[in-house]
Amino acid sequence: MIREPLIFEISAPGKRAFLLPKLDVPEKKANLAGLPLREDIEGFPQVSEIEVVRHFTRLSQANFCIDTTFYPLGSCTMKYNPKVNEKVAQLEKFLFSHPQAPQDLVQGNLEILKSMEDFLCEITGLEAFTLQPSAGAQGELVGMMLIHAYLKDRGHPREVVLIPDSAHGTNPSSAHVCGYRVQEIKSNERGTIDLAGLSRQMTEDVAALMITNPNTLGVFEFDILKIAEIVHGQGGLLYMDGANMNALVGKFKPGDMGVDVIHLNLHKTFSTPHGGGGPGAGPVGVKKQLAPYLPIPVVEKGPSGYVFNHDRPKSIGRVRSFYANFLVIIKALAYILSLGAEGLKEIAEIAVLNSNYLRKSLETVYHLKYSAPTLHECVFSDKFQKEHGVQNIDIAKRLIDYGLHPPTMSFPLIVPGALMVEPTETESKRDLDLFIEAMKKIALEAVKTPEVVKSAPHASLVRRLDETSAARNPVLRWEGDKG
Amino acid sequence: MSYISLSHEDKQKMLAAVGISSLEELFCCIPDEIRLKRNLNLPPPLAEPELVHYFEEIGKKNDDSSYLSFLGAGAYRHFIPYVVDYLSSRGEFISPYTPYQPEVSQGTLQVIFEYQTLICQLTEMETANASLYEGASAAAEAVLMAHRLRGKPKILLAKTLHPQYKSVIQTYVQNLSVEIEEVNYSKSGEVDLDDLTGKIDGEMSAVVCQSPNFMGIVENLDRIAELARKHQALFIVVVAEAASLGILKAPGACGADIVAGEGQSFGLPLSFGGPYLGFMACKKDFIRQFPGRIAGETKDAEGKRGFVLTLSTREQHIRREKATSNICTNQAWCALRATIFLETLGREGMRELAHQNIQKANYALENLARIKGVKRRFGGPIFNEFVLEIDAGWPKAEDFLRKNGILGGLSLEPFFPELKNCALLCVTEMHKKDDIDKLVRLLGEVLR
Repeated sequence: MIREPLIFEISAPGKRAFLLPKLDVPEKKANLAGLPLREDIEGFPQVSEIEVVRHFTRLSQANFCIDTTFYPLGSCTMKYNPKVNEKVAQLEKFLFSHPQAPQDLVQGNLEILKSMEDFLCEITGLEAFTLQPSAGAQGELVGMMLIHAYLKDRGHPREVVLIPDSAHGTNPSSAHVCGYRVQEIKSNERGTIDLAGLSRQMTEDVAALMITNPNTLGVFEFDILKIAEIVHGQGGLLYMDGANMNALVGKFKPGDMGVDVIHLNLHKTFSTPHGGGGPGAGPVGVKKQLAPYLPIPVVEKGPSGYVFNHDRPKSIGRVRSFYANFLVIIKALAYILSLGAEGLKEIAEIAVLNSNYLRKSLETVYHLKYSAPTLHECVFSDKFQKEHGVQNIDIAKRLIDYGLHPPTMSFPLIVPGALMVEPTETESKRDLDLFIEAMKKIALEAVKTPEVVKSAPHASLVRRLDETSAARNPVLRWEGDKG
Repeated sequence: MSYISLSHEDKQKMLAAVGISSLEELFCCIPDEIRLKRNLNLPPPLAEPELVHYFEEIGKKNDDSSYLSFLGAGAYRHFIPYVVDYLSSRGEFISPYTPYQPEVSQGTLQVIFEYQTLICQLTEMETANASLYEGASAAAEAVLMAHRLRGKPKILLAKTLHPQYKSVIQTYVQNLSVEIEEVNYSKSGEVDLDDLTGKIDGEMSAVVCQSPNFMGIVENLDRIAELARKHQALFIVVVAEAASLGILKAPGACGADIVAGEGQSFGLPLSFGGPYLGFMACKKDFIRQFPGRIAGETKDAEGKRGFVLTLSTREQHIRREKATSNICTNQAWCALRATIFLETLGREGMRELAHQNIQKANYALENLARIKGVKRRFGGPIFNEFVLEIDAGWPKAEDFLRKNGILGGLSLEPFFPELKNCALLCVTEMHKKDDIDKLVRLLGEVLR
C-alpha cells in the first residue's frame, strides 16, 4: 500500500470540493464593517472532492477495526457493534432535533433518556441515574463530585479517596481533579483488596473507596460485602468503576452488594462503537440518598409529559452543555432492547466462557501471575519470554503480523510485563483459536528466533514507530506552510 | 437478538476445555448469596424490524425538526456535505479502538494530526489537542489549565459566556480554591472594558471571554488581551460557534493564550445536544499543562513517516493522580467528521460559509428591527446571532410564530433576568431568503 500524504501536501490554489448556493440576500459591505476580519486561513487545504474521498478511504484502510479484526484488549471490551443501532441513531427525528427546542416538541428524546435511566437502574440495582457524562472518566469525576457534595452536606466532605494499586489511571486522576487526595491500597496475593489493610486505611478522613469489580485482573472481589461493611462502618461510600460490567450483566447487581455510586461505559458493555477513541458515554448511577446531588437537568415524568427539571438546589450543577451524548445513548438503548434480559445475561456468560477458554489454552505458555479464578479477562505476562530477551511489547507487535490486534499492555501495574486479554462474548471459537495459535507460535519464536519477534511488526503499513523521539522532539502539526 | 458467535458444539467443547460442565460454574467466584437468581426485569427482546419500528415511533414524538427554526445558542444548523456522512460511516473509522497501537492505527492517527493542524490554522494557535468532550467542559478544562499554570485564586468570566459553559466551569472548580467573578456587558453587548479594568488585578489566573459571545456579538479581543496581559492573567478565548473562525480574526492573532470551544458546526448534526466536539488549542509554552490526547509525527524503524499518540506523560494512564486531566476517551470520531468537513469546505468554502452567515443574519436583523415594537437590543457587530427586544412581550410573539410553524428563538430572561422580553435568534446559511422574509412577515403581523 502507498503511504497517504497529508492533505496539506496535495493542496493547491483553485481546487475545491464544495460549493454553497449563491447568496440570496443583498450583500452589504456594511455588514462586515466593525468586525475584526482575517485575511485568509493560512495553510488551509484546497482539494477536489475525489481527493477528499480517496484520502479518507485510504486512511481508513490503514486502520485495524472491530469490523475486520479481533481486539483482545483487556478492560476495553471491544465487542461487535450492531449495525442496526447505527441506523436507528441516524433517524432524522433525532439527528435534526435541536437541544434548545421547546420540551413539548422533543418528548420522544426525553422518553428515550428516561427509559435508558430506568433500564440502567434495573441492570445495576442502583436507584437513580444521570446520562450526562460523556465518557467513563467524566463519569468517575461526576461520581466523586456527588460523593463530595453528599458528605459535605452531612458535615464534612473528607479528604482522602482509597484506590487499589490495580486500578485504571483515570480513577486516581478523577479523584484528584475533584480535589481529593489519593491513597493507594496494596493488593494481596490473590490480586484483590486486602481486608486487614483496608480496615487500617479506612479512617474517618476517607470519603470513598473506588473499586473496579471484577478488578483489572478479571478477579471478582469475593469479599465485597465485607469491603462495603468496612467502608460504610467509617461513614465512607463505595464507588464502583463499571468498566468491567461485561462480566456481570444479568448475573449480579452492584447495588445489591453495597455499591453507592457506579459509572458504566456504554461504549464497552453496551456495544456503542469506540470510533477510534470516542464518543463514549459514562452514565452514573447512585443510591437514593445521593440522587438529590445528580447533575442538572434531571428528566422527570410529569402530569403532562416528560420535563427537564433544573430546580435541584442540592445538585452539583451542570457537567456538560445540553443533556448527554444523545446518539450514543440511543445506540445503547437499542442494544438493551434487542437483547432483553436473556440476551444480556448471555453477554456475561459467554464473555466469561471465552475468556476462560483463552486462559486455559494459554496459561502453560504464558505466565499468569495471579492464579485466582477470573471472569471476563485475564492478565498474562512476558516472564517466560523475557528469559529470551522478548518483552510484552514485542509479543504485542508480533501479533500484528498474524493479523491480530495486540492485547492491552503493561497494565495493570501490579503485573510486570502485563498482557491483558479480554475476548468479549461476540468472538467465535474459530477466531479465539486463531489467537491462541498465534500466541503459541510467538512463544515458540521467542525461543527460536527472538529477533523476529523483537523487530516486529514486519507485515504492517509502517514498522515499529519511534515513540521516544516523538515525545522528545514533538511535531504536533503540519508546518509546511511555515516554509 | 443475540450477537454471540458460538455454536452449541463450540460451547460444549469450550466448557470441556475449561474443565467444567455448566456456564454457571464460571461464576462460582461470586458469593452465592449475591448472585442474581432471576432474570432482569426488562421488556422482551425486539427483533430488528421491531427495533427500527420502536425508534421510528418514538421519533414521531419529536416534532421540532419540522419547524422553521431560528434556534442557535450553542447548537448550530449548518450544511453537512454528503461526503462527511459517507466517509465517516466506514467501519474502519467507526469501530477501531483508541490508537494506542500506532502500527495498526495510522488512519486514525493521521486524521488526528491533520485535525490538530486545522484547529491550529483556524485559531492561529501553536498547538491543538486531539479533542475534548464538548464546548462547555473544554472551557472548564481551559480554566483548570490556567489555574495550574498561574496558581492564582481568581478567574474572571465574561457575563456573556454561554450560561451552560459558565455553569460547567462552576461545577468543575467548586471543590478547588478558585473564586469566580463576572464581568458585565456594555450597552453594545460587548465585554464592558471599564468593568473589566475595575475588576482585574494581580490575583487572576485567567480572563475568560467568548466571541462571538452568547448575545451574538463579536468581541474586540485585542483590548481584553491587553488588559489580561498587563495583569499577568492568561487570556482564554471561548468559541461556541466555530464557523465564525472562517472569517473573523483568529483568537491567536488577538493575543489568546488558550482557545477552547465547540466544534459542532464542523459537520456534526444537532443530535439533541450530542455527541459534539470540544476543541482546544494553546501556546507551545504551555504544552506540559495541556489536557487530553495529542498525536505527533515520528519515524518508523525504516525511517518512514508515521504518527503516534505522544506527550503521554501528561496523561492519566501514566501519571495517574498527577495527570493534567482525567480525560481518557474523547470524541475522536467527531473530530474525524470535523476533519472531513473542514478539508471538504477548504480555504474558500470556510470563508464563504462564514460570509453567508454574516450577510443573512444581518439581513434578518435589519428587516426584523424595522418592525414597530421590535428593537435590536445590542449595537455591537454580529456573526450569525442577535438579540431582539419585543415591546409587546416575547412570549406572545413566540406563541404566534410557533402556531405558524416557526421556532422564533430562545427566550433570554431565564438566563439574564434583566433581558425581559428579549430573544436570541440565529440565522445561518441554511436559511433561505424566503424563510427570513416569512419570519419578518409573521412577526410584523402579530405585533401589528
